[in-house]
Amino acid sequence: MTLSTIAPTQPASGRGVVRRALLYTGLGAAAAALLLPFYWMVVSSLKRSNDVFTIPIHWWPKTIVWQNYLAIWQKADMTTWLRNTLLLSVIVTILQVLTGSFAAYGFSKVRFPGRDFLFICYIGTIAVPWQSYMIPQFILMSQLGLTNTLWSIVALQAFGAFGVFLMKQFYETIPEELSEAARIDGLSEYGIWRRIMLPLSMPAIASLSLLTFVTTWNDYLGPLVYLRDPEIQTIQLGLRRFIDAYNAEYALIMTGSVLSVLPIALVFMLGQRYFIEGVATTGLKG
Amino acid sequence: MATLVETPSPVSSEPVTRRRRSRLVWRNTVAGWSFILPNFIGFAVLTMVPVAVLFYIAFTKWNVFRHNATWIGTDNFVQLWNDSIFWTAFWNTVYYTAFHIPLTLVAALGLALLLNRRLRGVAFFRTAAFFPYITSIVALTYVWNLLFSPEYGPINEFLRFIGIDNPPGWTTSASWSMPAVLIVGTWREMGYYMLLYLAGLQTIPTQLYEAATVDGASAWQRFWHVTVPGLRHTTFLVTVLLTIGSFKVFDLTLLLTQGGPGQSTLVLSHYIYQKGFEQTNFGYASAVSVVLFVICFGITIVQYRINRRGNA
Repeated sequence: MTLSTIAPTQPASGRGVVRRALLYTGLGAAAAALLLPFYWMVVSSLKRSNDVFTIPIHWWPKTIVWQNYLAIWQKADMTTWLRNTLLLSVIVTILQVLTGSFAAYGFSKVRFPGRDFLFICYIGTIAVPWQSYMIPQFILMSQLGLTNTLWSIVALQAFGAFGVFLMKQFYETIPEELSEAARIDGLSEYGIWRRIMLPLSMPAIASLSLLTFVTTWNDYLGPLVYLRDPEIQTIQLGLRRFIDAYNAEYALIMTGSVLSVLPIALVFMLGQRYFIEGVATTGLKG
Repeated sequence: MATLVETPSPVSSEPVTRRRRSRLVWRNTVAGWSFILPNFIGFAVLTMVPVAVLFYIAFTKWNVFRHNATWIGTDNFVQLWNDSIFWTAFWNTVYYTAFHIPLTLVAALGLALLLNRRLRGVAFFRTAAFFPYITSIVALTYVWNLLFSPEYGPINEFLRFIGIDNPPGWTTSASWSMPAVLIVGTWREMGYYMLLYLAGLQTIPTQLYEAATVDGASAWQRFWHVTVPGLRHTTFLVTVLLTIGSFKVFDLTLLLTQGGPGQSTLVLSHYIYQKGFEQTNFGYASAVSVVLFVICFGITIVQYRINRRGNA
């Protein structure tokens, strides 16, 4: 994605320099406002709890306290939370990518009666918030015996319309002639999906994987409704319960927060191109 | 090997061709469904069925212990109409929506315009702006709660520093809790919508700006007469997504203020949760859910209608 410029390139006149300086000031202020909470979170995690609130604020800890990063593993069941969350995020991502790209192929490359109506049903649910059907869904899940198991979260997240939509948007940019030629060469529809569409759509799959992974990792409401037992808690739910239990341990909670954000920050740094492209794809054509 | 998606030939009066075509349609249908089915089963069972069942449960009284429902007609809705807490939640949601949409839209567009140029470090700023959107809301709301704390929090300390002697109580004050929620909500989401706007800005041809400049249009005029019309489609999408996102707001208020102080930030989704999962009153909670459903779905359809009229 090339984000080219609006402003025609001008010679660096005096006015241009001033404008440029103003722009950078604006950008700097915006970035500071956006990132300050993160900075404060990290710095507080390196302080003692008593030093988190001081007047005036210490923007840097007087003495760096690394112990918080050891203490959190003993005071909280971080290992269990991280393991559960990682497990869920990976399973959900695999299922979402597989079923989503498979269905998207059906929607964009095979023509059959009722297809477009079905797709409208999918798209329509984007206008239906989960909060409005979480009650009947919960009743259903409890009758299926899935509540209070990790499967409930898999079921909840893995079959979303979003993945189908994103993959379909991408498949539609792949020229029809390609699958046409493969059909003449004797490939079945499944073969075309496997040998042509899947390799060609790697960028879209990367986008979908990262977005799904992050969404599942960060989900709070799903686990809140479905997961009760301590041994199946996710990082978000666990962190929240920890906050409720130790609400004055500011520094320790900040440490937990940093640890819950860190994996996502890493994933984001590595794949930010795909995040940005994924969001942009869903925006085009709408 | 016959082609599956071959366009049918216009001369198809002979019965043989017709039979072959109907076999083709049949084969395509089987192939198409086989692709869609793995996702569709999950989607149908976990989304479509619950949505349909919702409209039944809303008219019942649900007995949690016996797992059955008694039909009571519109009783839940009559009760809802006279439920002052429901109306509080309703108006709080409207309050949030009325401010969250314009604030986020303007912030996102502003950021996108600022970042849609060749400047050193632009990629970093784009990343920074998007980061809050993908960070855990549990951690974020906790950090913001401390930032907002009235006595010792950095925000009020800053406000006192610039000469405001009596800074607001933010999440501890009934009249300032909603503004606090709005600040965090806008801060968190503007990066996402900024990306949509950046993608939209890419679709506006540069020649339009050049032509406008040649015709003597000022920067302001270029913005109003080239950028804004060029972003019409993106703005529509952003508005639709923001509307649904605002009406369903839940985890943000639940984590930041727990709906309080009092009921000052109690929103519809939170009320559904309270009635359904805390008081196990599934029938009544479903009635509230129907209201939320109708609002979101209804407004989206109206927005699509308006958009289509605008396109014509």
